[in-house]
Amino acid sequence: MTNILLFAVLPYAALAIFLVGSIYRYKNRGFSVSSISSQFLEGKTLFWGSQPFHWGLFILFFGHLIAFLFPSAVLAWNGQPVRLLILEIAAFAFGLSALLGLILLIFRRLTNRRVQIVTSKMDLVVYAILLTQIISGLLIAYHSRWGSSWFSAFLTPYLRSIFVFDPQIDAIASVTSISLKVHVISAFVLIGIIPFTRFVHFLVYPVDYLWRSYQQVIWNWSRKHIRTSRSHSEGHKSMNN
Amino acid sequence: MDVRSQVSMVFHLDKCIGCHTCSIACKNIWTDRKGAEYMWWNNVETKPGTGYPTKWENQDIYKGGWEKNGDTVSLKGAGKFKGLKNIFHNPHMPVLDDYYEPWTYKYQDLFTAPEGDDQPTARPVSLVTGEHMDVQAGPNWDDDMGGSPDYARQDVNLEKLSASEKEAMFQLERMTFHYLPRICNHCLNPACVGSCPSGALYKRGEDGIVLINQERCRAWRMCVTACPYKKSYYNWNTGKSEKCILCYPRLESGQAPACFHSCVGRIRYLGVMLYDADKIATASAAPDDRLVDAQMDIYLDPFDPEVIKQARLNGVADSTITAAQNSPVYKFVKVWKLALPLHPEFRTLPNLFYVPALLPTMATVADGVYNSTSKSLWNGVESNRLPMKYLASLFSAGDTGKVTEVMKRLMAVRLHRRGVTVGDLNAAEISQALKDVQMEPDTADAIFRLTSLATFDERFVIPPAHREESIEMLENTGDVKGNTGFGFKQKPARGL
Repeated sequence: MTNILLFAVLPYAALAIFLVGSIYRYKNRGFSVSSISSQFLEGKTLFWGSQPFHWGLFILFFGHLIAFLFPSAVLAWNGQPVRLLILEIAAFAFGLSALLGLILLIFRRLTNRRVQIVTSKMDLVVYAILLTQIISGLLIAYHSRWGSSWFSAFLTPYLRSIFVFDPQIDAIASVTSISLKVHVISAFVLIGIIPFTRFVHFLVYPVDYLWRSYQQVIWNWSRKHIRTSRSHSEGHKSMNN
Repeated sequence: MDVRSQVSMVFHLDKCIGCHTCSIACKNIWTDRKGAEYMWWNNVETKPGTGYPTKWENQDIYKGGWEKNGDTVSLKGAGKFKGLKNIFHNPHMPVLDDYYEPWTYKYQDLFTAPEGDDQPTARPVSLVTGEHMDVQAGPNWDDDMGGSPDYARQDVNLEKLSASEKEAMFQLERMTFHYLPRICNHCLNPACVGSCPSGALYKRGEDGIVLINQERCRAWRMCVTACPYKKSYYNWNTGKSEKCILCYPRLESGQAPACFHSCVGRIRYLGVMLYDADKIATASAAPDDRLVDAQMDIYLDPFDPEVIKQARLNGVADSTITAAQNSPVYKFVKVWKLALPLHPEFRTLPNLFYVPALLPTMATVADGVYNSTSKSLWNGVESNRLPMKYLASLFSAGDTGKVTEVMKRLMAVRLHRRGVTVGDLNAAEISQALKDVQMEPDTADAIFRLTSLATFDERFVIPPAHREESIEMLENTGDVKGNTGFGFKQKPARGL
């Protein structure tokens, strides 16, 4: 029963809250969607915390995504032991970098007086869940090695079963590794709390900047179009923002 | 030709008395809020001095503006690659201490302090942390050259001067300064807009005002770095960047921006400039010695029938064209060639122009004797108290010829008016001065009039915002024609 709650109900609840909550917040509380950077108040320690933390997570996130989407490709890569070793060590290194960065960020937030002022209770929840996630991930990598290989054999099917609305929880419920269970559960909790925290900022990562032109001019309305238009209902309506 | 209209500005530095009334007017309206206390969308600096934030002109530190890259320009410290690479930590961003920590005083302590042997004091408390603090700096900490050895000597514009020229500037007898009021330049090639990863910054098509959409700002902080004038500020409380909005709600209702309206010295002029948007790309990439000319080339003659025709085709309202013809900015910048952009080498094509201050030498000190005799009344601009190299570093990307020319024109007006009002000068000297800069006496009188006697409506020629058409921003009036009005949000369809 507990297993059904944790590995079948929780994922759906988390994903539903994530989807509805994020869209609602973006559309109705747009002003609050921000990375709320504190670099302006303290910049030096932030460098040593923020850079390793974000790049570590950035790489690991895509690593997990690839293992979920293309498990056969990962297995093929791991076909040679050397390549498996490289992958595992690299992943572990990025995990460590994320952990060390996060610890420094927590230290900074709790000790710097100015940063304390802009710290909310939700930030502490965010830190707790991130710590759980990263530490459990590192423990799995250390104790149950070669995760990049067994992930595709056993976690990918579970995750896929969730997305095809046919949850198969037997495999995940029967594992003995506590850290693995914690890692999965806290991952879904993390997804569920995204709309209520500063996590939303990664949803608005500005990829569109890459193909946008540098300068942006916005016209309230096209007078030219209005004046030359022959139809009474024609005329370009430009969005103000 | 892509004719657009731009609300532009001229600040006449000779008239600035450094009273900071503009800054206070702005602060009271816009930045008297939590997280914005340290922001001065309008600030007044003393030059030479390090300014606000400290050393903002030094782009080796802050990496603001554009740099020339062959035939084109690229952002110095931001841009698509650098911006996204540095998004987790922006290495060149100024932090609170580069501006100053805002504070207030515990005034209540003056009333509640217990009786004692000492006077009660109101201690300063930080407006960020709320704790007691020792005030270290303020937005105009080096006002009137206070603390010159620490501040004025650090002025970036002194770099081009030789050691002896620098020393001469700081001799007690020669020491001089002028004020430099600064607001957002609402540039034609804004670096802040180019640097914003989330696309929150934009230039308004109708009047060229540069704004930050607060709903779309995600605190990536690139605009703070990219603006070479440091006129985009990060609100640490809301997690959004903010900047001067040129009081657009006031402009739209026909009022001058608060800093313009309140200016005691009446140094500020505001008016429309018509410009050719097709020339922006080439002008911003012009070689250093051509920068000012290239920028001047962008602005079009509002009396030229071809320009008027193209402007109308582009949807520029007739009332805006009329405003451009009456624009005091057009006169100062294009007709009289008296105003120059601040730091054109940042390549943002700023739309705020400065008439440099004449600081003539009235006397010299030799062997401890004050000697006020001179051949001509003001000794000519070459012996100006601020070296031309210094002014050129501020206003013409180092081209001393450009600044000298402007100063000569200003001097010619002065000599001419001295001849008219006092009449103690040799007429030949006056006509020679006017001839040197190819200026007619009538023009000199017109310059004098707009400089000294201009009325409110002559200084601020604000194009009508055409609010009668503003409904068309929200809906096509044609669409709702024939529908029952009075409050329907949806088409009143017949029920089933």
